[in-house]
Amino acid sequence: MDLQKLVRKPKKGVKAPGPKDDLTVIGKSVLRVDGWEKIKGAAKYTDDLEFGPGLLFAAVVESPFAHARIKSIDTSKAEKLHGVVKVVTGRSFTHKFGLYMTDRYVFATDTVRFVGEQVAAVVATDPKIALRGAALVEVEYEELAPVFDPVKALEKKSPLVHPDLKNYRHVPWFFPKPGTNIAHWRKTRKGDLAKGFKDADLVMEDTYTVPRYAHCAIEPHSVIGLYDEAGRLTMWTSSQSPFTQRNVFAQALEPFGISHKDVRVISTYLGGGFGGKAGVSMEIIGAALAMAVPGRPIKVLWNRAQEFYNTYQRQGVTAKVKMGVKKDGRITALDFKLYWDAGAYVEYGANVVNAAGLSASGPYKVDNLSIDSMCIYTNLPPGGPYRGFGYSEFLFGLESHITRMADKLGMDSVAFRKKNAIKEGDTLPYGAQMNPNGILEAIEKVEKEIKWGVKEKSKDPDKAIGKALVCFWKSPAMPPNAGSSAFLKFNEDASINILISGMEIGQGLHTVMAQIASEVLSVPVTKIRVETPDTDRNPYEWQTVGSHVTWGCGNAVKRAALEAREKIFDLVQRVHGLDKSALYLKDETVRCRTKPDFGLRLRDFVINGIQAGDHTFKGGPIMGSGMFMPEFTSAIGDPETGQGGHPNVHYTTGSAGIILEVDRETGKMKIKKAVLAVDCGKAINPDLVRGQIVGGLLQGFATVLYEDMRFSDKGKLLNANFSDYKIPTALDMPDVVVPIIIEVAQPDGPYGARGVGEHTMIPAAPLIANAVEDALGVRIKDMPVTKEKVALAVKHSSKRSDSR
Amino acid sequence: MKKRNIQFDLNNEKISIEVEPSDVLMDVLRGKLGIKSPKAGCDRGDCGACTVIMNGKTVRSCLILAVEAHGSGIMTLEGAGSNKWTKKLQKKFHEKNSFQCGFCAPGVILSATELLEKNPRPAAHEIKEAIAGNLCRCTGYEPIVEAIAEAAGGKTQVTGRK
Repeated sequence: MDLQKLVRKPKKGVKAPGPKDDLTVIGKSVLRVDGWEKIKGAAKYTDDLEFGPGLLFAAVVESPFAHARIKSIDTSKAEKLHGVVKVVTGRSFTHKFGLYMTDRYVFATDTVRFVGEQVAAVVATDPKIALRGAALVEVEYEELAPVFDPVKALEKKSPLVHPDLKNYRHVPWFFPKPGTNIAHWRKTRKGDLAKGFKDADLVMEDTYTVPRYAHCAIEPHSVIGLYDEAGRLTMWTSSQSPFTQRNVFAQALEPFGISHKDVRVISTYLGGGFGGKAGVSMEIIGAALAMAVPGRPIKVLWNRAQEFYNTYQRQGVTAKVKMGVKKDGRITALDFKLYWDAGAYVEYGANVVNAAGLSASGPYKVDNLSIDSMCIYTNLPPGGPYRGFGYSEFLFGLESHITRMADKLGMDSVAFRKKNAIKEGDTLPYGAQMNPNGILEAIEKVEKEIKWGVKEKSKDPDKAIGKALVCFWKSPAMPPNAGSSAFLKFNEDASINILISGMEIGQGLHTVMAQIASEVLSVPVTKIRVETPDTDRNPYEWQTVGSHVTWGCGNAVKRAALEAREKIFDLVQRVHGLDKSALYLKDETVRCRTKPDFGLRLRDFVINGIQAGDHTFKGGPIMGSGMFMPEFTSAIGDPETGQGGHPNVHYTTGSAGIILEVDRETGKMKIKKAVLAVDCGKAINPDLVRGQIVGGLLQGFATVLYEDMRFSDKGKLLNANFSDYKIPTALDMPDVVVPIIIEVAQPDGPYGARGVGEHTMIPAAPLIANAVEDALGVRIKDMPVTKEKVALAVKHSSKRSDSR
Repeated sequence: MKKRNIQFDLNNEKISIEVEPSDVLMDVLRGKLGIKSPKAGCDRGDCGACTVIMNGKTVRSCLILAVEAHGSGIMTLEGAGSNKWTKKLQKKFHEKNSFQCGFCAPGVILSATELLEKNPRPAAHEIKEAIAGNLCRCTGYEPIVEAIAEAAGGKTQVTGRK
């Protein structure tokens, strides 16, 4: 097919203007390579795979208490049920596991720490029998005092969620405080805080709170495990992290003699991830059950309620911000304390806390700063990664606070932001230097798009219009040595298979990887196939998280393509005697700059070689491999200040704006216009970047307008379904969304690209809070900013002014 | 409980199958008949991922007992490809990169097919209304709504996006 037919015309406001380059596929809105598969219903997700009549099903016995000691478990009645194959409890799996900190068990052994925690599982020939069996398992508990509030969990008399914390293994950049509920305390200190506050003309302090949220990928988690007779464990998982899962499975099952080579993880397309399918959560149950019932595949499929209460949740936070500023708007000091409600297990969530603790200055230059980001155990479900990874949470407080301080100074809040915006080379909170970025350009474009400074009136006298502009940034939170790799192989017709383990979770990774290989090798995207991984066959990828795969996996694919090209040129030089520095690829053909009539089609030699003058063949099947790891990062800094390391690879920055109409009486809000400008370095596929902006913004607006996890006073989640936990429908779309792409190249990114996936969700909450205040003069400091809260705040404030 | 034999047309093919009275249609389609396009997302009719067309109307196959399907005509995305509107919709969904993870796609496409069958010239709010029972967490709905509008021959930018 003609490549041009696949290339869509760039839309206004989508393609950033820039110098003309000679790229043919990079920067073009090529259609998704997985488009037809998904539109035709051919795309397979984990629960769609068939395992034949031998497949067994599991149901889980869950804790009804937030904190209790398990006194006894009686499985005898369940075992007698016809169709039950096995009942498994924590007695068989006493080994702890975890990604960054080993604080989890497969099943609760002696203590349960949240409502819904798995205590046992029943394996049966049918899902309904498994459920009936689970109801017959009798567990006797002795209730313990629970703790739900992170600030209360710091009190001396608080119950301890993990009394044995001192014995837990963890990565070297975590600092737990045994004997307390603090699982990790990230301290970042820079400059002289006291002097910064002394120099300030205005100091303001306040507290902002953010509740817990659920990812709500439409596909629930699912896993099928098979431990075969030969000692091989194969896991089919709905996962963002097949290789990380293999590693965690191998660690958790080490006592059974399982090593990495024995574990194979196969992951299909994902029906949404958003961080919720990163790491290992419920999948460990599938692995354990497979070990307990060798020779039979066993499926564990989460229902929607379990999806809410027993996967990762986005952690709640209580954020205390104290900021000092000069009259001219320069920030002189920032003291930021973040108390994270991290839940019962923090093996992944503690790294969210860590990431926020390194970057809670936001995209601003702050010379005197102190950040305390505390990961606090509570008896609520485990916290973990969610699109934004801690940044959405701190940004709500920070960007609310900045607007309020600018207003107090009598300064334009956009001018305030421009004045403090971080520049390339500025010192980051932990001491390293800021990367090139286009934040100022982003602010200016958003400012223009929302006509900042022009007060608008609603046509409806009962409604007021407010505007807001905020900034955001985010870096991938990864271990310093998170690696990516790729294989690329040619087929007879010069079509290409790319093997990677970066996951296609909807963001368009497969399309973008095909574009990168296409650019290097001149083979059209339609002739490139990228498949979902099998850890036995596809090379390593750490995880598909942190908006880093376009950058990391993209670098690996580019290197693989360059290696293949090098092999092609070497071969042509050897057989045809042409200087390889004069060779280039165009339209699937090797060409020579010094010999214009030379042309050798790739399809004529990439598998079977080139025939030489003596009728022998030279060369062979062409393939390439590439690997990538950032070699400049280090997670090791001073534990008391965070100075000295280089934990983050780079930051993606941007700005967002809103025009919001608010009903004065009901508080009902309507987004008239939402604008988001993000500096993605280079938009390899502008239409896919636009997709991230439009989708991410709505997911962000949902956290501030509708969503909110509600727990009973016993720690039970009360709204574990889509009727009571509302996510947006098509009727909740903003009137207008304007995506703006800024391109200030990332020097070490493939064609200058850096990540963009999470960032589009991050600025949504402070946008709404600031626009509500602009419209009606009321400030909501506790998320979500629901219409109810707005209406009550308006009522309250008008009462106050009446009594004056 | 005693199994029942039910017969129905599935994508224009005659089906005869034994089911339990408590089996829901979604589980029979997915588990016994190899029809995988209806997805299990919530098991209570909230998300729309399991949407199929039964006697010309979309239903949540997780809320329909299999025995209720007896004597009916059922169309899933697997069999919808020959429908005029489905074909048009699929072409537009492809051209506009309308889906990301794709999990909601089968349900959305069938809901849109039902809409255009009944109302070939829908207004923007009618499109939004028609797919409001199909949750999508990835796209913000915009490229989906636009594709439906274009399939119906309407203007491209229903939301007024620049």
